[in-house]
Amino acid sequence: MSILVNRSTRIICQGFTGKQGTFHSEQCLAYGTKLVGGVTPGRGGEKHLGLPVFDTVHDAVKATGATVSMIYVPAAYAADSILEAADSGIELVVCITEGIPVNDMVRVKAAMAGTGVRLIGPNCPGIITPEECKIGIMPGFIHKKGAVGIVSRSGTLTYETVFQTTNNGLGQSTCVGIGGDPVRGMNFIDVLELFERDGATEGICMVGEIGGSDEEAAAAYIKKHVSKPVVAYIAGVTAPPGKRMGHAGAVIAGGKGTAADKFAALEAAGVRTVKSPAELGSAMLEQLKKRRARKAPARKPRARKPTARKPARPAKPARRPARKRAAPKPRRKR
Amino acid sequence: MNLHEYQAKEVFRSYGIPVPNGQVAASAEDAVAAARALGGTVWVVKAQVHAGGRGKAGGVKLARDFDAVRAAAAGMLGQRLVTKQTGAEGLPVSQVYVEQGSKIAREIYLSLTLNRETSRIAVIASAAGGMDIEEVAAKEPEKIVTANVHPAAGLQPYQCRRLAFALGFKGEQIGAFQKMAMALYRLVLEKDASLVEVNPLIVTDSGALIALDGKINIDANAVFRQPEMAKYRDPSQEDPREREASEHDLNYVSLDGDIACMVNGAGLAMATMDLIKLHGGSPANFLDVGGGATAERVTAAFNLILSNPKVKAILVNIFGGIVRCDLIAEGVITAVRKVGVKVPVVVRLEGTNASQARELLANSGLKVIAASDLTDAARKVVGAVK
Repeated sequence: MSILVNRSTRIICQGFTGKQGTFHSEQCLAYGTKLVGGVTPGRGGEKHLGLPVFDTVHDAVKATGATVSMIYVPAAYAADSILEAADSGIELVVCITEGIPVNDMVRVKAAMAGTGVRLIGPNCPGIITPEECKIGIMPGFIHKKGAVGIVSRSGTLTYETVFQTTNNGLGQSTCVGIGGDPVRGMNFIDVLELFERDGATEGICMVGEIGGSDEEAAAAYIKKHVSKPVVAYIAGVTAPPGKRMGHAGAVIAGGKGTAADKFAALEAAGVRTVKSPAELGSAMLEQLKKRRARKAPARKPRARKPTARKPARPAKPARRPARKRAAPKPRRKR
Repeated sequence: MNLHEYQAKEVFRSYGIPVPNGQVAASAEDAVAAARALGGTVWVVKAQVHAGGRGKAGGVKLARDFDAVRAAAAGMLGQRLVTKQTGAEGLPVSQVYVEQGSKIAREIYLSLTLNRETSRIAVIASAAGGMDIEEVAAKEPEKIVTANVHPAAGLQPYQCRRLAFALGFKGEQIGAFQKMAMALYRLVLEKDASLVEVNPLIVTDSGALIALDGKINIDANAVFRQPEMAKYRDPSQEDPREREASEHDLNYVSLDGDIACMVNGAGLAMATMDLIKLHGGSPANFLDVGGGATAERVTAAFNLILSNPKVKAILVNIFGGIVRCDLIAEGVITAVRKVGVKVPVVVRLEGTNASQARELLANSGLKVIAASDLTDAARKVVGAVK
């Protein structure tokens, strides 16, 4: 299993025929992602990368049954694109675009509240379920299917974590880059909740950075609701206050949002923190070894349970893959 | 992007927000002429720099005659003002703002900015005007009142009234406060301000509300659609290296240490600084060369790094994803040859075509130290400066 996306997820790309959209759509297709079309207003009816182009997201969803949209539209128009996707039956919007004005995102966030549509990003690398579905700009080849769920505000630090957990054999269930902007869609807590429920995820690597208090909120959530081991790293111990460190959201404002506060909150919640990003993988390996060792004696009786339950099972799981995001048909929403 | 106080007050005036009469001046004589034109018997001369804490640093002076105005302006102009927000180097003062003195009965704090927890614009007010809001938040948090604005509904009169009553306003002042808060909210939306701060907002002895100080920051992501605000940019207030970096689409922040770093990705760039510190070194800068680290960009980045005389070693840390490491290695080799780097350069390249990249560096004949991983890179670069 995985979270949010898998091999049967159908995806369209907004900003499909642009330079970024074209390049990364090609990469996603090469990875095996089920990209089924794209949207560029005014170019509906054309073919691009062998896929149909539509004028509107509405048309694209109707024709392809896509449930996810990946956005590479320039910053000035990206907020409009997110809302178009959310209003057209898309269930998960993944916005890669960097540099969207904050006021635009404040409006987007308020407009999407209560719709049930999820947003990942903006200013993020995207989401990937290794060996099944890559949506975004991450290098596919460093990933390996496995046990670790990764959630991060930084793109390249996600890649570091992926690389380490691939090299030590753990692999990843799903990796979500939630983005470096101060106003964003899914947050640590939203992703942690899904990882906690996901059968394939045994442990969670969380990579935060200075600015805001989302890591502190995540720490409180982990303490209450997350039973799986969490390893966390926060970037920016050496960042000076008041300076924006690349990401729009990475700034220590008024003494708030320091790495030290975030580390302290996570440690108080029982999270295993690492002071070096080079130790994320090894710390997770150590945690999972412990967990697997603890679980091993208990595993035998548990392994038997499904056998005992077998007659009841086939009916339910059979329906499951067809649920929600896997549905290849036009959606029921309208 | 930050505005000067006099620029912020120009914007305030255009929104009907009351501010004292004032004029900007670039010489001591201009300052006297400004005071004469403004009239009255008391003036305030204020250094125009992009930093708070001017009063305590000698950047705000009261003058009761023209000679005092001249002396105050002459004492500030051409100097660098060091406040607690500027760092030791301070900021250059090339303009002063001369304002009519105001009779102050009360001081209030008022600001509008993004509340990251609610993803909404918050109106923040405190009865402790003139003080840093951070200080108030730490010492007397009960004095701070906040209203979060729903972007569809906009700032509502009831929210303004609630703040006004909490601040102890009475009678006509409640309406005046509401008018000011609503004008500021409009300003935030229309000018894409990431921060508008009035500290202090004063009540004069006749009961009028006036914005005595003004601060406006514009959202860097929105400057492209705010041409009027973009004109207010004052490059003299920016760090010269940070300014040059932005011209090359590089993200650079100056720090105090001696190990320069060049990294792709903001998160990894911060993490690299942290690693240098963790291994006993001190980072000289934050530098994100972005995803498409081309030879030109890498060269620009080397030039930038080396313009800092404190730099004793360089750590290049690239995780090549979509960008191939061998291309980046070629960029590093070209740049090192072209720029003539004299300090040790430690390079850690990982990702696509990393082994070819390492080979290229090894065969380049350059004194580049190859590192096998993050930890190795940090150790080697820290070792190189010791």
